[in-house]
Amino acid sequence: MKPATETLVFPRRDLLKAGGALLIGFAIRDASRAQTGPEGIAMVTGPDQPDPNRLDTWIAVHADNTATIFIGFVELGQGCTTALLQMAAEELDLSMSQVKSIRLESHTMPNQGGTVASAAIARGGPRIRSAAAEARQALLKMASQKLDEPVDRLTVSEGVVSVAGNPRKSVTYGQLVGGKPFNLPYTGTAPLKSFRDYKVVGQPIPRLDIPEKAAGKYMHMQHVRIPGMLHGRIVRPAGQGAYGDGASVLSVDEASIAGILGARVIRKRDFVGIVAPNEWDAVRAARQLKVSWDRPAALPGTGAVYQQMRAAKTTDRIVVDNGDVTAAFASSAHVVSQIYRGPYQAHAPFGPNCAFADVKAGSALVMCSTQNIYETRRKVAQVLGLAVEKVAVRYYEGSGTYGRSCYDDAAEAAAILSQAASQPVRVQFMRWDEHGWGNFGPAHVGEIRVGIDAAGKITAYEYHGWQHHWNATETSEQLALGTPAAESAGPGSQQVSNFNLAAMYAIPNLRLVNHRVDGSRFLKGSNLRSPLDVSFSFAQEQTIDELAFLAGLDPYEFRKRNIKDERWLGVLDAVAKTANWTPRARERRQAGGRIATGRGIALGTHTTSYAAAVADVEVDRETGKIVARHLYGAIDAGLCVNPGCLENQMSGMLVQAASRMLKEEVTFSTSNVTSLDWDSYPILRFDECPTVTTIVVQHLDQKPSGGGEELMGPAAAAIANALSDATGVRWREYPLTPARVLPTLQRGSA
Amino acid sequence: MATGVRIRVNERMWTVNGAQDTPLLYVLSGELQLNGPRFGCGLAQCGSCSVLIDGVETRSCVTPLSAVGNRAVTTLEGLPAWYARQHKLPKTPALTPVQQAFIDEQAIQCGYCYNGMTIKASELLSKTPQPSDAQIRSAMNGHLCRCGTYPRIIKAIQRAAQASLSGGSVSEVKEAAR
Repeated sequence: MKPATETLVFPRRDLLKAGGALLIGFAIRDASRAQTGPEGIAMVTGPDQPDPNRLDTWIAVHADNTATIFIGFVELGQGCTTALLQMAAEELDLSMSQVKSIRLESHTMPNQGGTVASAAIARGGPRIRSAAAEARQALLKMASQKLDEPVDRLTVSEGVVSVAGNPRKSVTYGQLVGGKPFNLPYTGTAPLKSFRDYKVVGQPIPRLDIPEKAAGKYMHMQHVRIPGMLHGRIVRPAGQGAYGDGASVLSVDEASIAGILGARVIRKRDFVGIVAPNEWDAVRAARQLKVSWDRPAALPGTGAVYQQMRAAKTTDRIVVDNGDVTAAFASSAHVVSQIYRGPYQAHAPFGPNCAFADVKAGSALVMCSTQNIYETRRKVAQVLGLAVEKVAVRYYEGSGTYGRSCYDDAAEAAAILSQAASQPVRVQFMRWDEHGWGNFGPAHVGEIRVGIDAAGKITAYEYHGWQHHWNATETSEQLALGTPAAESAGPGSQQVSNFNLAAMYAIPNLRLVNHRVDGSRFLKGSNLRSPLDVSFSFAQEQTIDELAFLAGLDPYEFRKRNIKDERWLGVLDAVAKTANWTPRARERRQAGGRIATGRGIALGTHTTSYAAAVADVEVDRETGKIVARHLYGAIDAGLCVNPGCLENQMSGMLVQAASRMLKEEVTFSTSNVTSLDWDSYPILRFDECPTVTTIVVQHLDQKPSGGGEELMGPAAAAIANALSDATGVRWREYPLTPARVLPTLQRGSA
Repeated sequence: MATGVRIRVNERMWTVNGAQDTPLLYVLSGELQLNGPRFGCGLAQCGSCSVLIDGVETRSCVTPLSAVGNRAVTTLEGLPAWYARQHKLPKTPALTPVQQAFIDEQAIQCGYCYNGMTIKASELLSKTPQPSDAQIRSAMNGHLCRCGTYPRIIKAIQRAAQASLSGGSVSEVKEAAR
């Protein structure tokens, strides 16, 4: 019953040396590595990472007629590994059982950037597909020589190349190249299969990571154990204060843990941590250590955050300015103008982040659950004072993170502790570390104004959004080195979006303005699944419903009238039809009974895909409690490589959107975050879980686009619209908790 | 404080060295190197660390080693053998019907909550072989999932219950590979 233990081995030392490349000093071998295929597989190792312009960087064919595809994206349980392997198998004419990938790490795998913005398939897929097609082309050429037949007489099935009309004359990929490199450049010129010939792409292939997860054999980051490692814990005040302040140590009483033999305090400026050979000793020492912290009251507190954002000095940017908004408003038949507010929300991964670091004199190896190993490498190198190429980062899947939770912070903490202790260290963040020191999805204030003509056509649209950017300095670095609290430049997904705001409607006069707030007096921010979109959709789609009713139109019909793009119409029609939408020209506002039911509809996206949702909710008039009973979601993500994976993502998004709309809010006093666990930061549970219906609008002939975020905004907004349908009242701030809903419900207006 | 405490885990006796106040989780994941029970909150709020103790779902993160005594601890790794004993199967299957149903329903995303979900669902089905939707939700309510896989987990539990109803529990359970 002894499970696999990850061990440090040194197989690559000579290889790396011989190649004039980086000497990391060691590599880690584990089960997945051992299964990679014959030794000497064709990887091109440059000084930093493999050359993307070599075919061997992407594909290795083994003697057993299987292939390893080198994928530069991380598996997050979203299924991108399965889907990208489908694309490779399709072009190579291999079956799914003949392709696999290996663990992502810097230095051995192609750098395809971070696994962010739901872009693994859209951004990474084309290269993997085209490399696979090029490998097939090269293999057919070899087969042609071997079989002495022209290429155009050859067919391939499951890696067996045979001659048309003479199937007994054949050779396998494995026989042609197995175990040897292609030694060919990657040119990107091989012709690709027509979508009409797809056999694997477009199929709901079961996810490849699930069997190991179900058997309890999957190696999450939290399961990595290295012989001789110490257990590390960070010691910080409970809950972060203002980002600009970090945390300042006044005094550390090391004698307070004198009774815990083996536990050591490690301090670097304001960074305080514990290392111990025994994990429980590290846990209790971190809790028991007496540290006095300076805790300035520099935050606005949960109640005053929106006022402080609106009052702050801002850097303004006009995102879109089309037509003449002012004149168009003046001549509109109806104008709706409102202020909306969205709270800080937490990634709160179910298992807090964990990281391992082994820091030597001139190099370091880090393992963690980062969505971007290259960004983590840069940050860790900076903390350690090493050149970037002296740090290797290996990815292990952690617990669903949905954006940059504390993974880089944990990696830095492990590196700092390992460097100071001169031993390998595994750091596990505790629940209060992750909840209290997370990089949250930023709070947002949106002022929206939309006008329509008498026929119900949108004539003018103006949106002003206030929020701060994401933190660019991880807390471990801030504390250990005194690095100033920098913010990410952006704009990216940190600002008012012209993808999710207004883009689905045909609007002649449009003005979107971003008001960037200085984040130093606020909480740390980062990309939480579909950044800002829940707030944008909450504001916009409620405004659209209000305008529809002012025009005397059904909300579905009103949206159809204002959409030009057929793909937006496609998802809207798909979800309305599946949900059996019945028209109404005003909120239904049920009069009697304790439980009121309502239904809402909404559109939205993150960047490039199209999504729509319908929500059925129940409101308890006596308690103010809202339950989402049934959520319907439709996504058009162009070519959907694996509809099963997308539906799984959609199902998760519908539940997460309900959780964020109804439950989630980071709370904080003027000095620190106070939501530090699952009691103080509740999320949706089984008893309130909706039934979900997911619809994939498939376009095999289109390019693939993202599918992991796009339903968040519309699903959340559909819930808000359903609540108004049930009650005739609108809420302008979420989450829609009983404490927020009940007083308004009793008053009768927002 | 090496104690030499003896505990029964997955039908084997182990002598472990954790101090008496060590939460069982750290003994299982540290000394015994088991990957089923895993750290989630340390507060018994989430169910990540759940194990069965004499068939009862228990949060190992707040259960001190000293409280285990002679009782039988079953982790995810020991679940198929536990299931085989419960159902008097001649051989231990590779996966229990609950585990197989999680695969069949593709109910897993990141898979971190899966340990607790499977342990709790196994406890539920051992007491209530044919639970209603309400009974499933009520039993599972103390287990959180950040990925939002609840709808598929409910389906997986229903599927596992159905498998045993149709008498298919033995035939549908895959034989151990070895």
